[in-house]
Amino acid sequence: MIYSSIGYYALILGLSISLPIFFFSIKNFGRNEIFDSKIISFSFIQFLLVVVSFLSLIISFVFSDFSNETVFNNSHTTKPLFYKISGTWGNHEGSLLLWLLVLNLFIFIFLVKSRNLPKKYRILTVLFQQIIIIGFFIFLIDSSNPFNYVFPTPSEGLGLNPILQDPALAIHPPVLYLGYVGSSIIFSSALAATCINFISKTWATHIKKWVLISWIFLTIGILLGSIWAYYELGWGGFWFWDPVENVSLMPWLALTTLLHCVLVLEKRSTLTSWVIILSITTFILSMCGTFLVRSGILNSVHTFANDPERGLFILSFLFLLFFISLFIFFAFHKSDKPGIISFALFSKETSILINNWLMMYFLSVVLIGTLYPIFLDVISSEQISVGPPFYHKLIIPILIPFLIFMALSTQLKWIKFELNGKIYLIVFFIISLTISYFIVNNFGDNLLINIVLIGSAFYLFLVTVRDFLKKKIQNFSQNLSHFGFSLLILSILFNNIFSSEIITNLKVGETFKNEKFEIEFNNLKKFEEQNYTSYKGYFLIKEDQTKEKLEPELRVYNQPNIITSEADIKTTFLSDKFITINTVQNEEYFNVRYLVKPLMLWIWISVILISLGGTISLFKRKSL
Amino acid sequence: MYGRKVKLRFLFILLTLSALILTVFLIIKSLEENVVYFKSPSEIKLITEIENKKIRIGGMVKKNSIEMSTNAINFIITDFKNEINVTYSGVVPNLFSEEKGVVAEGVLKDRNFFHASKILAKHDENYMPPEVKASLEKE
Repeated sequence: MIYSSIGYYALILGLSISLPIFFFSIKNFGRNEIFDSKIISFSFIQFLLVVVSFLSLIISFVFSDFSNETVFNNSHTTKPLFYKISGTWGNHEGSLLLWLLVLNLFIFIFLVKSRNLPKKYRILTVLFQQIIIIGFFIFLIDSSNPFNYVFPTPSEGLGLNPILQDPALAIHPPVLYLGYVGSSIIFSSALAATCINFISKTWATHIKKWVLISWIFLTIGILLGSIWAYYELGWGGFWFWDPVENVSLMPWLALTTLLHCVLVLEKRSTLTSWVIILSITTFILSMCGTFLVRSGILNSVHTFANDPERGLFILSFLFLLFFISLFIFFAFHKSDKPGIISFALFSKETSILINNWLMMYFLSVVLIGTLYPIFLDVISSEQISVGPPFYHKLIIPILIPFLIFMALSTQLKWIKFELNGKIYLIVFFIISLTISYFIVNNFGDNLLINIVLIGSAFYLFLVTVRDFLKKKIQNFSQNLSHFGFSLLILSILFNNIFSSEIITNLKVGETFKNEKFEIEFNNLKKFEEQNYTSYKGYFLIKEDQTKEKLEPELRVYNQPNIITSEADIKTTFLSDKFITINTVQNEEYFNVRYLVKPLMLWIWISVILISLGGTISLFKRKSL
Repeated sequence: MYGRKVKLRFLFILLTLSALILTVFLIIKSLEENVVYFKSPSEIKLITEIENKKIRIGGMVKKNSIEMSTNAINFIITDFKNEINVTYSGVVPNLFSEEKGVVAEGVLKDRNFFHASKILAKHDENYMPPEVKASLEKE
């Protein structure tokens, strides 16, 4: 009881702290003094108050205080402690409190870390960030209060959706939020820098760290969600072009482009308009994701309550931020001075610029595919869905030039074009196409596009490997990320081409046979666990000479009463063997799905390599 | 007449614009081809022409209609006015059961028979696909 009150009043007090921050910032702005340290102190106090609020929500969850509505709706006494804690952000109210916490944390870190930068820039960043913070405070207190009372106090909670009771998904939201909210600092400081015309090399070096941090967390966050979907949802894939996945991919695409633009800005002082627009876009897309997911427009596991009022608030707030940033961009931004921006047709700048445009193309494809069904529903109330074929058709062909320019951009020079010693680029291209031809010709469908696509992925692969050997540690982080990307594309392509799948219905004791596989369903055993009953199936898979024992599971949770399938996966470096079972009421037959997924592990490894490249670049002393 | 710079800039704008228009055109066109429409069993009865195109059908799984064999699951989707027979070989989602909402994606064989290639997964017992909710609310 007491913790709910503490949490609630901490929030109210936190909101009121915004007033002195505004007051001292504006007072300090016009004067010729040094930066007023009161602003830092008050930001710290505000951050502490949100921490107190967040901790009291966690404590309410740990002690199962069901007089708190959020706890009542999302927790249960028999739930393991770990999932009681992760339940704090596994719901709408708690996850927004986490947003606010990260918003405050980041602006505090920003203030501490930016001591050498101009005073006006720091103050303006704080002001813009405060606008976002106030918006979230009001949203929390007004329409999504995590500390509402339930009276009389219920003796038992409603429980957390069992498919969310999973280690990967327990840390997925905080990691993803660090990425999403990190983009708020980029947004605020880009606006501040535009206002005082501070978009420069110094600014790029400083903001690069923030871009990298958000980018790393966003990448890892998406990876965790993807791994979870792979083993928990039982569809045996890692990306479904579901709108909920798309809304996390869109900020990632914008952020990745921004990262490259900031690097160009740091080295060459150009692309300033790109940097500002992308900073704004990334944050607006992050907010948009929150809006679409939280408002109930997209139905998914992330939708906790369909409350139109909440959606309307985020939407209005989104438009407010959007118009403020548009106004600032057009009112204050001076475009690059002509003369500086001239560079040769085949220079590094050109290839980066081309890939920026291609990234924007990918972004607009995903954006249209995600938003079009919503618009159509609103306008004509006709219901449609846009599936993977749409995205595959539009994205895969464009990946070919994208991969080639990615390989070339690292080999070309800034400003000018040099042909000396670049013969290997052509040799590598021919080699890659030949390798790809033999692979696709012998095993897969003999399609021209497959050959060229795998060829260009191999091309990037070879070029980056050569750089590892030749240049050693120079450009190591960038090279590692690009290498990871080529590995990712290769793994995804081979995974797609060489996967095999068997779907059948079996009773206990029956065997399925075809030319390649033999699946024996030997036994089914029952186990009682803390908050669910588990039914384990015992399978023996025979393929050629190898035998594999697999034990997929069905879990019947007590509260809420839901059945989930737990896949059993045998992972090796070459391929994953994946099996799930499901039951249909009143039937003796079990749905059995067996998949062989080649190179699955490498998809995860390559994404880790990509983000590792970013991490190394973050901790490097000097940018190489 | 105009200077070289102006001509270059004009050419650049022209190229960008045409690239933009082409992109939007391509996206919209392939959107039209790859969109999956949603229909209720009653709407299926009104269809005049059976197309070999993917659609989605939503409604409730009729009571006592699920039949299972080694190769397939057969069941009936109803919106309490009309119904349609569905055959499906694949894994059904955990929450698939009789008298619960369901969305099937696949190809129509005739007005009474539907060959499903996917049964949509639902994550939550309280969650109903928006299409089902809408078609039940129309009642």
